[in-house]
Amino acid sequence: MTRKQRRLYFVVLGMLALGAATALVLTAMKDTLVYFYTPSDLKTRHVAEGRRLRIGGLVEQGSVVRQGDEVHFVVTDLQATLPVVYRGVLPDLFREGQGVVTEGKLDGQGTFRASEVLAKHDENYMPKEVADAIKKSGQWQEEGKKP
Amino acid sequence: MIPELGQFALIVALFVTVVQSVVPLVGAIRGDRTWMDMARPAALAQFALIATAFGALMSCYVTSDFSVLNVVQNSHTDKPLIYKISGVWANHEGSMLLWVLILSIYGMAVSVFGGNLPPGLRARALSVQAMIAFGFLLFILFTSNPFARVDPAPLNGDGLNPLLQDPGLAFHPPFLYLGYVGFSMAFSFAIAALMEGRVDAAWARWVRPWTLVAWCALTLGIAMGSWWAYYTLGWGGWWYWDPVENASFMPWLSGTALLHSSIVVEKRDTLKAWTILLAIVTFSLSLLGTFLVRSGVLTSVHSFAADPTRGVFVLALLVVVTGGSLILFAIRGPTLKGGGLFTPLSREGSLLFNNVLMSTAAGTVLLGTLYPLFADALEMGKVSVGAPFFNAVFIPLMVPMVVTMAVAPLLSWKRGDFAGALGRLKFAFAATVAVAAGTWIAPGGGSGPLWAGRGLGLAAWLAAGTLVEWAERVRLFRAPFSETADRILRLPRSAYGMTVAHIGVAVVIAGITGSSAWTQEKIQVMHPGDVVSLHGYDLRLEGTEDNLQGPNYSILRAHFSVTSGGRPVADLYPEKRMYRQPPRPTTDAAIRTNLLGDLYAVIGDPDGTGGFVTRLYFNPLVPWIFIGAIIMVVGGLVSLTDRRYRVGAPLRTARAMAAQKGRA
Repeated sequence: MTRKQRRLYFVVLGMLALGAATALVLTAMKDTLVYFYTPSDLKTRHVAEGRRLRIGGLVEQGSVVRQGDEVHFVVTDLQATLPVVYRGVLPDLFREGQGVVTEGKLDGQGTFRASEVLAKHDENYMPKEVADAIKKSGQWQEEGKKP
Repeated sequence: MIPELGQFALIVALFVTVVQSVVPLVGAIRGDRTWMDMARPAALAQFALIATAFGALMSCYVTSDFSVLNVVQNSHTDKPLIYKISGVWANHEGSMLLWVLILSIYGMAVSVFGGNLPPGLRARALSVQAMIAFGFLLFILFTSNPFARVDPAPLNGDGLNPLLQDPGLAFHPPFLYLGYVGFSMAFSFAIAALMEGRVDAAWARWVRPWTLVAWCALTLGIAMGSWWAYYTLGWGGWWYWDPVENASFMPWLSGTALLHSSIVVEKRDTLKAWTILLAIVTFSLSLLGTFLVRSGVLTSVHSFAADPTRGVFVLALLVVVTGGSLILFAIRGPTLKGGGLFTPLSREGSLLFNNVLMSTAAGTVLLGTLYPLFADALEMGKVSVGAPFFNAVFIPLMVPMVVTMAVAPLLSWKRGDFAGALGRLKFAFAATVAVAAGTWIAPGGGSGPLWAGRGLGLAAWLAAGTLVEWAERVRLFRAPFSETADRILRLPRSAYGMTVAHIGVAVVIAGITGSSAWTQEKIQVMHPGDVVSLHGYDLRLEGTEDNLQGPNYSILRAHFSVTSGGRPVADLYPEKRMYRQPPRPTTDAAIRTNLLGDLYAVIGDPDGTGGFVTRLYFNPLVPWIFIGAIIMVVGGLVSLTDRRYRVGAPLRTARAMAAQKGRA
């Protein structure tokens, strides 16, 4: 095998890998991308039922109700709200008035059935999407910074 | 006083790195030995200074010096000593200091153990190391000074994020950084080699063990992080494809490729340019990992409080390092002519094949991790790319790689006998079919998805193939037993390293398959006395105890008694902890393992009527994932003890000198 042939082998191998990866990525992207919406987005935009999406906002004060192993709560971006139902153990840092991101699907009645409620490791930290969502709704208040 | 000493040491270290980056490099260009040799004492001084700074910060933590802002924000007098110590690197500033400390340790290692390196290469490599250290020291001093003071000093600190107060996570960052930063060795030597325009077996022989050290540390670091996530986040999973996890996984993938391609450089004197490129890419991905974790540009379940100006600085550093080295590579790369030619069906060919697959996989992980950023910047909406994407892309790329992994070691260098290799793998093929079929027929096995059998079959293929290769090497059953025994003893440690590490991979694959295929989960409200059946076990909630006291938290502890067919098996005590400072709850899952599977129990919130939400899992084969990772690390360590790393390089110089004398 000459140097030239080997280079050709190298290039063909690289192209094949790249091609395979592109094909895989494109097919996977089509089905697996999860879009992020705020409650206001859902009011103005039609989102197909049964599509996986993420919702972010604040957990409305006084909205958390536990019924058996189900938890009902309301996510708000301080402009629009969305009722959410979640079955399972909530993350430790889930609290009323705190930012939350949940993933799941909308059911026919306009309720969001969450399959995941994302935990943050740090309660000082507001998920970026949630902060943006609240800024977008014009309700953002700069929080008192730590010394 | 002590914090000022630390800060002063850092500033002096900054100047030392300037000297260490310039003087040896100029010396190497002008061929001046004295200037080149400046690098060695400079590297030692750099280490001593940074170690002083690190020690100073640690002493502030241990003595709870609350006049230091960093200590105030991350410590508390209540904390057990081990978490006061780990608190040093459990925050941004301290972890960056740990980063440069490890960098300087590697630099010192070059200077101490590099006595037999060609002086020009050593000087250039140490100079590149110093440039990296310069960038990070600048970063620490200007954007994240760990020694900033507060006046007046508060009486006590804010405490450490309770999730980080955990033995698994206390040592996760040091190992991760040992890995990340360890790849800087391969990087510095790659840049030095590009400057010199020469890459040879001696170069690879020096770079390989250091890449291996970094790889072992990174593997262990990732496994620790995953284990921590498994038992402390309470959702029963061990990998989330979260951006921060991906950040550590990408350098692992390309580092693994680098490890293997440097074997080809050492043994066959070819694939040089590719190896250099991998060294650059791997370290760049390590820097990118640091950037992603530290900047908070990506939403992640692991995101800690982040400051955008820091992100910009690390990003600039990333651009300079990656951009600069890639330009250098573009200019000098073509001069690196490979020596040995080979056919595609040879050991080199199959190593290259797997290298390409590994790099492609790293590329797709990179794409998936950064895609939300691009989509947001291009106004395509806010998206998240999660596990379904990565599984759909990653697994198809890994399957051919694992299949090749069993064949490659059986092929000879240069031109392999493919049919012969397949012939020798008859046994492995039989094992694969048996395991796959067995999985399908076994009671309960057939209830899993179809791919479960294929996954376990793949693991069996790799394990059996690896054992076949070992048996071939020692001529098991083919030669008289005495010869086999002799070969077993004489087989180089690096060969054993490969065998062990590849078996580790097989164990991990089996673990991943088992846990994804047959995990059983039950979520319900339980009152004391309630029984839930899970995978043939009966879990009875005996009761809960509230207000137990830990060192700096109070505990709600539940007691489950587990029976199987009426016979007691175990007691599980999951906890919910409420830390005093900061006041924050954490979950402590109770795990009972029999090595084939874990019973996993989490106690959740009270439902208001005396019951508790509970989450119970049966996670089959999950322990194998962590055991497999440890086996991989053991394989790496065995390979590190190979004789030739200890005597190889000096022997070569001695031989060269002898040859010269002979000629003279």
